[in-house]
This record gives sequence, C-alpha cells and structure tokens, in this order.
Amino acid sequence: MSAIRFDDVWKEYGDHIVLERITMEVEPRAFIALVGPSGCGKTTLLRMLLGEEQPTRGQILVDGKPLPGEPDADRGVVFQRYSVFPHLTVLQNVMLGRELRDARFTGRLFGAARRAAADEAMKLLAEVGLAGQESKYPSALSGGMQQRLALAQAIMRGPKILLLDEPFGALDPGIRADIHLLMKRLWNETHLTVVMVTHDLSEAFGLATRVIALERQRNRPEERERYGATISRDLEIFPRRSAELRSPVQPAPIGTTRSGKEHQPGRPGALVLKEQP
Amino acid sequence: MRLVNIRPGRQTRFYLLALPFLLVAIAYFVGSGARLAQNPNDKLLPALPSMVQAVKQMAFEVDPRTGGYLMASDTVASLGRLGSALAISTVAALVLGIVIGLLPGANALLGPFVSVTSMVPPLALLPILFIVMGLGENSKIALIVIGTLPCMIRDLAMKVQELPREQIVKAQTLGASTWQIALRIAMPQTLPRLIDVLRLQLGPAWLFLIAAEAIASDSGLGYRIFLVRRYLAMDVIIPYVAWITLLAFLIDVGLRVLQRKAFPWFASVRAE
Repeated sequence: MSAIRFDDVWKEYGDHIVLERITMEVEPRAFIALVGPSGCGKTTLLRMLLGEEQPTRGQILVDGKPLPGEPDADRGVVFQRYSVFPHLTVLQNVMLGRELRDARFTGRLFGAARRAAADEAMKLLAEVGLAGQESKYPSALSGGMQQRLALAQAIMRGPKILLLDEPFGALDPGIRADIHLLMKRLWNETHLTVVMVTHDLSEAFGLATRVIALERQRNRPEERERYGATISRDLEIFPRRSAELRSPVQPAPIGTTRSGKEHQPGRPGALVLKEQP
Repeated sequence: MRLVNIRPGRQTRFYLLALPFLLVAIAYFVGSGARLAQNPNDKLLPALPSMVQAVKQMAFEVDPRTGGYLMASDTVASLGRLGSALAISTVAALVLGIVIGLLPGANALLGPFVSVTSMVPPLALLPILFIVMGLGENSKIALIVIGTLPCMIRDLAMKVQELPREQIVKAQTLGASTWQIALRIAMPQTLPRLIDVLRLQLGPAWLFLIAAEAIASDSGLGYRIFLVRRYLAMDVIIPYVAWITLLAFLIDVGLRVLQRKAFPWFASVRAE
C-alpha cells in the first residue's frame, strides 16, 4: 500500500529521448494500467519504477521518499517470461522470498521455520489454484499456471507495490479471463498498489482503476529522436472502482455487506495474509 | 522418400552404430593377417592373440620388478592426476565463473585477462612448469589445470551471463542480496552447465596428461605407451590406447548420467 509520485520524469538514452514530462500521482491501492503503442516507453517507465533504470531528469517518490536505485523487496514484479526459477519446484519458488528474508547467509530455512514457511506457501498455492502442483518444476506447468505461480511468489514476500510487465500477454483468452479474476481477488485481498503494462485495452479497462496512455506527441521522422512519449490520456474508470479495504479491527458479520460476504477471512477461497510492517 | 525423412528404427540404429567400429576392426585384422602371412615376426600390426597375451601380462600378472600389476598401477596414477587436476579446475571455474558472470566489476577486471590466458598454448608452458615445479606430480597436475581452467572459466561466465536478466531482477524483488543471488539463483543453475563445460574439457585434459607423462614420469598410462614404443611393442600400445579411450568414454557417460539424475529440471531448460 504505497503512493507513487512521478515528478517531471525524463528518460534519455544518449541523444534519444524516450520519455518526457511524466508527472502523475498514484494513490495508495490504485490499480494502474499503462497502455500505448509498442516502443512508446511503457516498459521503460516500469523499469524505472522497479529501480532497474534511473530517470535522466526528475524523480520518482514512493510514500514521499525517493525511490532506491535498485530493485528491492518493496516492489514485486511479474514479467511475461522468466519470472519463476526453473531449477526450483513450485513450492520452492514460492518459499524462496521467505527464505531469502529470514536466512541472510544460507538463503535456506530448516526445521520448524521451514515447515512454517512451507505451510504458508501451500496456502498461497491453494489460493492461486496450484494445489497439488507443488512438487513439479515450472517447465511442467502451462503458461497460465506459471504466471499464477509468479504471482504467488511475488505476493509471498509481501511487497507494497506490484509491477506487472505484460504478464498475461502470452496466454490464451480463456486462461487469461481466469487469471484476471485471480488478479482482481489478489488486489482486493492484499494491500498492493498495482502498476500493469499491457497492450490489451480490454484487459486495461477490465482490471484497472485508472488507465494511463503513453504516446509520442510528435512523430515525424526528424522529430522522433528528440521528442519522447508522454502521458496523453489519464482515464479514471467509471463507475469508480476501488480496492475493498478490509477493516483491520473487526470484519463485518457475514452477510451484512456485500464486500464482507465476498472476502470474509476464513472462508474458503479468501486470501489471508499478514500485512508487512 | 527423401533421405531427410528416413529415421532408423531402434534395431537399425543399433546396427548402424556398430557398423563403423566393425569396419575398422575388419580393416585392421585383414591388414594384420596379410602382414603376418608375409612375416610372422612383424610387430606393426599384431594379431589378436598376441595382444591378449600382452594384456594378460600387463594387467593380470605381477610385475617382478615393481611387485604390482602394471596396468592397474598405471591407471591409478593417471586417473589420480587427471582427477585431482579436474577437481581443482572445476571448483575454481565454478567460483570464478559465477563471480565474473554475475558481477560487472569482476567481469571488467578479470574477463579480458581470462580471455588472454586461455589463448596461451599450455604445452609451451610445460618446460617452465618442469623448471619451476620439478618433475613430480605437481607440474603434471598444474599443466592440466592451466590447460583447462581458463576455457572453463570463460565458458561458465558466459553461461551465467546468459541467465535471463529477469531472473536476477526478480530475485532482488524477493529481497536477495548479491551473495544470496549467487548462492540460490546463479550457482544451482550453473552446476548442470558446469558438467557440460567439464565434458568438453575432458579431451584437452587427457591430451595434457598423456603429454606430461610422456615427457617426464615413472608411471601412468601415457608413460607406459611411450616407454614400450622403444621396443615397437604395438601389442601393448594398442590395448592401452583402447583402454584410455574406454576410460574417457566412461567418464563422459558418467557425467551425463550425473547431470540427468542430479538436475532433472535442466533438460527442459536446455530444450528451450
């Protein structure tokens, strides 16, 4: 759950300006979809949020603080490919984040700590529909299952922001619809601010609270190098969509509210996650 | 049907596999028979019985001078050198390959140096090794290490760099430090590739072993064949060469099986 602020961000590679004058506020728990033609810098923007690239000018603030210059555990990511580790089983992939956090030197947990992490990972795997697959290697999973695994793996570490780089672009339509439902549920039940790059407009409008289009304003050949893409549309989805905030104190009794019914902790299918401090 | 579409079945495949071996054997024994018919004392192409006799003497009869079985002690000596040299090379290549492949700074520091050293012809260094380290085991092991290590480091660093960038970023978003990335992401994925690299270096390793043993040694398979060369003892040399080939082949098969059993996930990654 983090607010993100882009403060007049530019990205240039040598003489080539890719992005210019990016200024926007992203409220906590928003679900932003970045759309635009290919080569317009959507992925560059995401990589800057990730910390893999630095803005040439301007700055990106998360909760008022400048973004660290390298990726860290506050920002989870799911790529279109290579998001899961081929040498680890499904369960090991999900447990990895916990093991890296709790075992600084060996990167592995043993005994009771391992069993606790495995239990939690198994619950999460059941949530994303991968129960029974835990001892397989990712290569034995379908593309949709691999992306479910990547989501579970990212969420297990408890990031504040989840970055998605065309995560469902390579999936069949039916499978994509299923994983969209899962994505919605995860967004509702965790405390994530989500930024998703996609070139599928129906996906953008179907999932996001806000759709942001990047576009080059000047596209003549002699202008291409010197003018980058910038935000051309910033659309709030209507009717307004927002993440269902779970009350930290006392959940409403079952059946009294629609949201309470949907996301009652303990109900099968509900995601129970501890908020990271 | 076009040749590109004809696939041999299981049985045909076996016969095809055996055919070249059979042809070589037939050519040898025909030639050997012809020469021995002309001169029964010919030493160049000995007949099977005389080779069997020689092997019996080398492998199964106690050598009166050393009190041991020559072929066994030669094999132990050679495999000991080969094994210790390759163990050193493998461990060093694993560590340095990961460091160079993963850390851009280390790559800038050591990458060009390793590339240049891998161009040095190792046999040209052999006299230096003999002068500096003496004629004992160390210089032979050092030759094999020098001959194989730079190529192994270079290949392995390249394999580490070929890991998708996404994986390294993903690991960082799961909170991994550089050390943890090396330990949990890079090393486990490098190990099966290390076996590939090692298999490729087995040929050069045997070459350097035989060369070092031929020049200065008092035991070993290479020493033996160069020793009996003085007596034109082809009946010993040919079985020894076959034995060396068999050993190399078995090591190669062993590594392949190890790769398949220890890293079941690797086959599908490589197929991509």
